[in-house]
Amino acid sequence: MTQYLDFEKPLAEIEGKAEELRALARSNEEMDVADEAAALDQKAHTILEDLYKDLTAWRKCQVARHPDRPHCRDYIETLFEEYTPLAGDRNFADDHAVMGGLSRFRGTPVVVIGHEKGSDTTSRIERNFGMARPEGYRKAIRLMRLADQFGLPVVTLVDTPGAYPGKGAEERGQSEAIARSTQACLQLGVPLISVIIGEGGSGGAVAFATANRVAMLEHSVYSVISPEGCASILWKDAEKMREAAQALRLTAQDLYQLGVADQVISEPLGGAHRDQTGTIEAVGQAISDMLEELSGKSAEDLVKQRREKFLSMGKRGLAA
Amino acid sequence: MNWITNYVRPRINSIFSRRETPENLWKKCDECGTMLFHRELSENLNVCTSCGHHMNITPRDRFNALFDGGVFVEVSVPEPQADPLSFRDQKKYPDRMKAAQRATGEKEAMLVATGEIGRTPIVAAAQDFSFMGGSMGMYVGNAIIAAAEEAVKLRRPLIIFSAAGGARMQEGILSLMQMPRTTVAVQMLKEAKLPYIVVLTHPTTGGVTASYAMLGDVHISEPNALICFAGPRVIEQTIREKLPEGFQRAEYLLDHGMLDRVTPRPQMRDELISITRMLLGLPPAIKGELPPPSDEPAQIEAPDSDGATPEK
Ligand SMILES: [Zn+2]
Repeated sequence: MTQYLDFEKPLAEIEGKAEELRALARSNEEMDVADEAAALDQKAHTILEDLYKDLTAWRKCQVARHPDRPHCRDYIETLFEEYTPLAGDRNFADDHAVMGGLSRFRGTPVVVIGHEKGSDTTSRIERNFGMARPEGYRKAIRLMRLADQFGLPVVTLVDTPGAYPGKGAEERGQSEAIARSTQACLQLGVPLISVIIGEGGSGGAVAFATANRVAMLEHSVYSVISPEGCASILWKDAEKMREAAQALRLTAQDLYQLGVADQVISEPLGGAHRDQTGTIEAVGQAISDMLEELSGKSAEDLVKQRREKFLSMGKRGLAA
Repeated sequence: MNWITNYVRPRINSIFSRRETPENLWKKCDECGTMLFHRELSENLNVCTSCGHHMNITPRDRFNALFDGGVFVEVSVPEPQADPLSFRDQKKYPDRMKAAQRATGEKEAMLVATGEIGRTPIVAAAQDFSFMGGSMGMYVGNAIIAAAEEAVKLRRPLIIFSAAGGARMQEGILSLMQMPRTTVAVQMLKEAKLPYIVVLTHPTTGGVTASYAMLGDVHISEPNALICFAGPRVIEQTIREKLPEGFQRAEYLLDHGMLDRVTPRPQMRDELISITRMLLGLPPAIKGELPPPSDEPAQIEAPDSDGATPEK
């Protein structure tokens, strides 16, 4: 069943009517609803185009968090062959909020790492809603070092509300783990490319996305703080998340203008959740292009390019 | 503390608690409530002489006490573009900036300087919690990069005093990008094999803790400083339970292996001198008050009492 977002309500009504009509026709063979249903489909299509033509920043956040949006696991299953998960931080635990391992991307061995949010209640709890603990970042560091040692490119898929704000996570050094993961990204002598596939939540995202190339899906977001968090601090009212989302300029389009995202990957009409296959394909193509661009570069050049990219960040602003 | 202050203080307390505090003369300790004579408090580096509570200290006051003879030279920080997002919440970001500048007399939330401690040349950077909560935006990022570059250029250790309520939200993603940017700065020091010491002061939180503040060769904290990634309130809301006493405080982090030492502010200078000199393979320093450094030791002048920075 399609899960509709609040702003998709007009769409839900039309699509619901079309569905009802078709159901009626299935139980009553004499009824011919083809024309009527097609007209409704057409109308739904127009509404969809309208709704998604110019999504507000807050609506983008909603789309980026849509439960049916393809998650890290879906990308790995579809785009990566011979995926061999490698578990654990060799210190405390294996964090299931972070997937990672050896794999082949279009034949080439790579290390793939990403946040996984889970897709139903059980897996969401198991994955801690994609909120990693220190062990997740430390596993990522270990895998990045492994990639570096054997000259394999690293692909990271970012989709997290943020690092987990928990007691144990703090005790075991959440800050240190994130800082070390960012540092590990900067030290890599192999290509590191990153795709923000859903939510790029603050430091938890930076720890994976300090990359040579960062691509963002059209309706993904990447922000220093969640709109709700920002609203409750600056507006003293968490309900002002729409205003906060707007002010934070967290959309892929704004981030591309600011030079934080190198590329925006188009999503199918109505967002990634309406066409998982099409979205995953587009991301696959982007990964392939980015790896191609970086292939043949020396370790020294890759480190230097990454560093200079971040050092020069902030020179570009946005028009009011 | 001698017997006279011990004897006299309770009396003075009882007199002043009944009427309004003359602001410039007395300050009430927010921890123990003792009325502290302002000069006495600032001579003790804003540490309560009664209970040892560490109050906020500005980077300038800290540097005056840190550097030999209170002499330091400010390192200029490349100016970032102002208000890159045209950010506005209930107030416009430029208005908040102006208010912070007026209130503190400082340009931004970090001060970078070169000077000597115990005759050991260093570069130091201190974050200013009184300036928009010390929040890390592009200026703070630029300041840390400038500090690291200066340290590499002069082949000196870098000491950073961190203090921040978090990121400068008004700079959106560009404030977040200071995490990788400042991590690049730390890399520069590591590659140059220069000591990088972090002094974590109250509070050090969020993206600051999760970048340069946790990447030092040595981590020292002031007593009872709150040091965390997620703040206690956020955690309590998430896990729906009360956190234990002292959670995320310096002593707690020391116990959990995140810090090397917890050192009271009045002893910090001596300790920093000792550690940097050992890391640099230098002989022990002569401890205590030293005259300001000078090329011609015969013509030493007393430093300005207000700590005005001589330009070289
Ligand atoms: Zn006190």
